[in-house]
Amino acid sequence: MTQITQQEQANTDETSQQYLTFIMASEEYGVDILSVQEIRGWEATTIIPNSPSHVKGVINLRGTIVPIIDLRQRFGIETLEYGATTVVIVVKVAISSDHKIIGIVVDAVSDVFSVNNTDVRSAPDFGDDTDLGFIKGLTNAQEKMVILLDINKLLGSEILPEASQLSNLINNIDAQQPKAVNE
Amino acid sequence: MEIDLSQFSQVFFEESLEGLESMESELLKLDVNEPDDESINTIFRAAHSIKGGSATFGFSQVADYTHLLETLLDEIRDGRRQMTSDHQDMLLLSVDLLRNMIDALMRKVDFEDPLLAELERRFTAALAVNNANDDSHDENTVEATSNEDDANQMATWTIDFQPGIDILRCGNDPSLMFNELRLLGNLDVKIVDSTLPDFSDMDPEACYLNWQLTLVTEQTLEQIKEVFEWVEDECTINYHKKVHSPQADQASASENQETTQSDTPQQSPGTELTTTKPKAVTPAKTPEGGSIRVSIEKIDILINMVGELVITQAMLGQIGQQDSIDEESLLSMKQGLEQLASHTRDLQESVMQIRMLPISFAFNRFPRLVRDIGQQLGKKVELILKGEETELDKTVMEKIVDPMVHLVRNSLDHGLETPEVRVSKGKEEVGSITLNAFHQGGNIIIEIIDDGAGLDTELIRKKALEKGLISEDEELSEDAINQLIFKAGFSTAEAVSDLSGRGVGMDVVRRNIHELNGTIELKSTKDKGSRFTIRLPLTLAILDGQLVRVGKHTYVVPLVSIHESLQVEEQRINRISESHELIRLRDEYLPVIKVFQEFGHDADSHEIRDGLVMVVDSNNEKIGLLVDELLSQQQVVIKSLEDNYYKVPGVSGATILGDGTVALIIDIFGLVNLAGITNASEHAA
Repeated sequence: MTQITQQEQANTDETSQQYLTFIMASEEYGVDILSVQEIRGWEATTIIPNSPSHVKGVINLRGTIVPIIDLRQRFGIETLEYGATTVVIVVKVAISSDHKIIGIVVDAVSDVFSVNNTDVRSAPDFGDDTDLGFIKGLTNAQEKMVILLDINKLLGSEILPEASQLSNLINNIDAQQPKAVNE
Repeated sequence: MEIDLSQFSQVFFEESLEGLESMESELLKLDVNEPDDESINTIFRAAHSIKGGSATFGFSQVADYTHLLETLLDEIRDGRRQMTSDHQDMLLLSVDLLRNMIDALMRKVDFEDPLLAELERRFTAALAVNNANDDSHDENTVEATSNEDDANQMATWTIDFQPGIDILRCGNDPSLMFNELRLLGNLDVKIVDSTLPDFSDMDPEACYLNWQLTLVTEQTLEQIKEVFEWVEDECTINYHKKVHSPQADQASASENQETTQSDTPQQSPGTELTTTKPKAVTPAKTPEGGSIRVSIEKIDILINMVGELVITQAMLGQIGQQDSIDEESLLSMKQGLEQLASHTRDLQESVMQIRMLPISFAFNRFPRLVRDIGQQLGKKVELILKGEETELDKTVMEKIVDPMVHLVRNSLDHGLETPEVRVSKGKEEVGSITLNAFHQGGNIIIEIIDDGAGLDTELIRKKALEKGLISEDEELSEDAINQLIFKAGFSTAEAVSDLSGRGVGMDVVRRNIHELNGTIELKSTKDKGSRFTIRLPLTLAILDGQLVRVGKHTYVVPLVSIHESLQVEEQRINRISESHELIRLRDEYLPVIKVFQEFGHDADSHEIRDGLVMVVDSNNEKIGLLVDELLSQQQVVIKSLEDNYYKVPGVSGATILGDGTVALIIDIFGLVNLAGITNASEHAA
């Protein structure tokens, strides 16, 4: 913990951003903490007919109808049974001038980091057509690789960019970098 | 007087628009030959308050213009001038013009319209045709104009101030005004006592004095006029200006500002005509979110009810604090919950009431529309309005006006015949269009009835064939043919006029109404007329719903569209193809949509014979929906799915049930489209 506080103090200038990180299939992802509204436990949803499989349905969030998206399925990672640690991160997604409230299902919430913008490296180019615009970049936090997501690009369009290739990407990144143990 | 007036300007806009509306309706009612005093008074009062308000807010364009109206109306009111139909036309045009002006003010843009100058000229001309015998003592002659470029120029103003005789009785003290003027510049006051009567005739409370004021200032005329704003109706004030700047000096040494209004726009008539089109052609959205006027009575009811609610809550709260609940407190808790339920229901109803407005708000625009179009087409029309007090949700009202306008235009254009044709058919020369509104169940019904020619089924059939909407060998009932006018791309008008006939007509009307969860029906008899019946929910926020279960899922079906629910025996089921099944219900064959199939999940009953068929209405066609079980009926609050997600085919929205879970509301029309059933009943018949 002390390490984090030091790091935070060192980086709390304008060029740094805070990220909430979460874990999915042993991989750590980060989203801009300002877009996070709340973190909830998993609850049963009402399914939406004829929706893509990663859309798990809608829930009642204090009178507002909020869609829930399974990020594992969205990324083409094999799905898990929802359990006690399964959490829903409710995020505010900016779409043109408007915004939508969307919940994303992840395995577990991990930590909050301050990341200096200069420490963010762009995702490696794999040369194929895979649109990885929703990856803001990669960074290291506590000796561990964190994939920073651009939540607006990830969830902001109706026709979601094909993301199943992401698992390949992750495998590739893992191959380039010694995998960090985080459990 | 540094008060920020902008906070009140919204109220002014609303009041002005209301005033214009009443002006318009009174003008239309007015019989030019025998004008009703009360009507003229109403029109005058509207013009007067618009003028007063706009002057207060510094909207000089509106104020100057309404002043002309007011002067004319004042003369008519006092019987000094005979009302003519020309006046009526001018006043009606002014209503339109003022609406555009106020619209421009609301959007904070400059208003330019050659019509303004033209109408100003017409008014001035009309006023100039003055009755010679009219000794207008109390006539307002504040006919001065503003010069846009006179700001920051030193000028000497000579102001003839002739206060009305009663000015002191009204509590206005000229000396205070002079003090105010002194703040604007160098003031010289000269008293004119020539009108002072003999001492014996003098009323001590009257004001017989006039003043001649000389003011050297760089302020504009508006700022000077502002000082006299509250008294200008009772006084005669003339402003003369002498500009000190060199360029103005060449114009005239003493430019008399008592010029008439027609000279105001500083362009020649020629340039006015070539100026660009008015900017306010396309009505853009005003930044304000709109507001509603609510009667105090409704608010009081609400406050009462909230009071009751608080009491009930306190009572239940007390029970909640007890450690254990005995028989007695259980009883009172049950009572409290019952009360809570009834209060909640009442409260909900009253809150809905706030959004309710009488439909006369929508009807009001039709007299004008019918009059104008009738004249344009050379048809004689009488408009009958019924049930104007029927109340309707404001949002629904706003959205239903355009379809109604379209239908009325259609009736005028296609329905009603010209007077000659009507006489030859043995009908009365004057055709009639009736707008009728009434409540029926949880719906409002709006009827648009005309006694014209009715729909020409032959022509419709021919057109439909041409457009490929039906095939040659299709045998259709007259009613079925008439329904064809609701199809996209159908228009029977021979020529595209600006009234109707653009081919985007009735299908758009039907779609708009459908979006409001409403339906439209058409009945037409040749040479007797036609009747359009629009059925709308009273509000968009709440829906009477039937909860149904399909597999593990609960859906809500709007109660209005449900005819009946039944179990169907095997022998009444006809299988046309793998995916199309029909049931025979009395003498009809209805296609059945299996909800679970369209929504792509599992259900208990996969076959029609196992489940329950709910007969529902989709665009005047009956459709069966296969569901597993009927649950309760309840009112549901409609929540948008699109706010945070996207539009889902077959689903019109979502709602939250008593247990906090979300249920989706089925959009029957969308579901039918999803299932790909078109004209099913017609093909089957």
